[in-house]
Amino acid sequence: MPSSVMPTPRRAGGPQPLVAVSAVGLRKSYGDRTVLDGLDLHIPAGSVYALLGPNGAGKTTTVQILSTLVAADGGQARVAGHDVATSPDGVRAAIGVTGQFAALDDLLTAEENLLLMADLLHLGKREGRTRARELLQRFDIADVAHERAATFSGGMRRRLDLAMTLVGDPQVIFLDEPTTGLDPRSRRTMWDTVRSLVAGGTTVLLTTQYLEEADQLADRIAVLDGGRIVAEGTADELKARIPGSHVRLRFTGSAAYECAAAALPHAARDDENLALRVAGDGGPDALRTLLDRLDAAGVRAAGLSVHTPDLDDVFLALTGHGTTGAGTSLRTKETLR
Amino acid sequence: MSSLTFAVQDATTMLRRNLRHAIRYPAVGLGSALMPILMLLLFVYAFGDAIGAGMGGGRDAYLEYLTPGVVIMGVAAGSMSTSIAVCSDMTGGIVNRFRTMNITRSSFMTGHVLGSVVQTMACMVPVVGVALALGFRSGATPLEWLAAAGLLTAVAFAVTWLSVALGLISKTVESASNKPLLVQFLPFLGSAFVPAGSMSPGLRWFAENQPFTPMTETLRGLLSGSEIGDNGWISLAWCAGIGLVGYVWSRALFRSTTKR
Repeated sequence: MPSSVMPTPRRAGGPQPLVAVSAVGLRKSYGDRTVLDGLDLHIPAGSVYALLGPNGAGKTTTVQILSTLVAADGGQARVAGHDVATSPDGVRAAIGVTGQFAALDDLLTAEENLLLMADLLHLGKREGRTRARELLQRFDIADVAHERAATFSGGMRRRLDLAMTLVGDPQVIFLDEPTTGLDPRSRRTMWDTVRSLVAGGTTVLLTTQYLEEADQLADRIAVLDGGRIVAEGTADELKARIPGSHVRLRFTGSAAYECAAAALPHAARDDENLALRVAGDGGPDALRTLLDRLDAAGVRAAGLSVHTPDLDDVFLALTGHGTTGAGTSLRTKETLR
Repeated sequence: MSSLTFAVQDATTMLRRNLRHAIRYPAVGLGSALMPILMLLLFVYAFGDAIGAGMGGGRDAYLEYLTPGVVIMGVAAGSMSTSIAVCSDMTGGIVNRFRTMNITRSSFMTGHVLGSVVQTMACMVPVVGVALALGFRSGATPLEWLAAAGLLTAVAFAVTWLSVALGLISKTVESASNKPLLVQFLPFLGSAFVPAGSMSPGLRWFAENQPFTPMTETLRGLLSGSEIGDNGWISLAWCAGIGLVGYVWSRALFRSTTKR
């Protein structure tokens, strides 16, 4: 494939297309297992777009197709103005990919990993060194620049991985579960990094299993299930579609419990735990009203907690079948890593 | 810049990466040099008198016979270690990163092959050095030494390409490290250690017709002045054949496989 080496200039010539990523009817099966079943995407340039879904929903396959790693069985996709199937090198010249598993050379140092990228991008010696130095600083790995990547912690590996992705200053960045397995602090650092990318005009497509992550970062979220997008919109739009927010009140004695239940006739009873479940978003006003009603009835709650929808609720609401199996695997995966 | 310039640049970058690995982790390289050296010592001092007597000479005569065989075996074995490096890259994430970059597709494999050939050839220097220290004397002219180096490079290239393919079909690094054994020990079933004519009839037929025998005989001819005959051309034909099969197979595998 000799044409593959023709360089496509980075960030040069003309304005970026307004749509960074578009896909129509993407299909992919492995054997008789359908992974993508007609996926449509439309990602405006300069935005963060999250694909939210459990394991096996088709998130990684979507990223693999859009980043030219895997060919789709059907449908069309364009990234940065290039067709994924007919102009893969144009796509490759415009994108950066950070996958689920850190794609670095363990035997090289952090700096050497970055210089390897610079060499493969034909940046030239001086520009490569400057770029590597900048990224080492920016990702807070300058002090370990001369240590081998194999010795790095999970968070450092992800940071180096992302730094390598950014050496080429890509227009579109794919982040496949960038924070899976990271501790909370590293996760926050990664979030800050993603935010700063978008401030620079880069388009980011990220996949995640965490509703909170999509909520924190994404302009728009697509909920993926069984290879199809089952819902799409801003975080607020999606949340509005999800019932399940409720306030849980706990009581110490059965007398207080019964009294409160009488005062709140719409609450769902949990006799075993002497707890009441009141539907609502748990906002300050709703809470005040709720507590006022208890006061009026002369009851004190022993405990109060506000439950907001989690991924399971999203799935239950949007697909009607929940994340059976997938939901549990989400949790186990999280604890195992 | 032309596409060829980029192809060369990318291959050079990959070569540099592999050479850096080799220098930083010399264990593989040391193994490639150490094994033939141990073979030399073992066969010269433990079996040399007996085998030498059987062949109508002594230990010194056997050293002269043995050295080219051990060097060919060393080159074959050293080249085969490439599959471990290739498989280890394939099972890690780095190859997928390369695949999503706008770089010459073949450069990943070219870099491995070039790196491995350089490393294998470098490993043969101490092996020949030990043979000389043990008393190996060659009457070869500089031109013959050069031809010997050329032959070994051709063998290394051919076997390395095959090794790349074996690395690509391996699912784990462990299985990649097992596959080369067959090729590594093939020289034993040829004329590397004893003349093929001394073997039992079935084995003799195999020994006379397997690729490493003409290679060994050619090297022996270049270093010791024995008759080369058609072996030179046969060796080069084998190298071209093995190399081509390895290359085409590797290329097809690399295009079709996406390992996670």
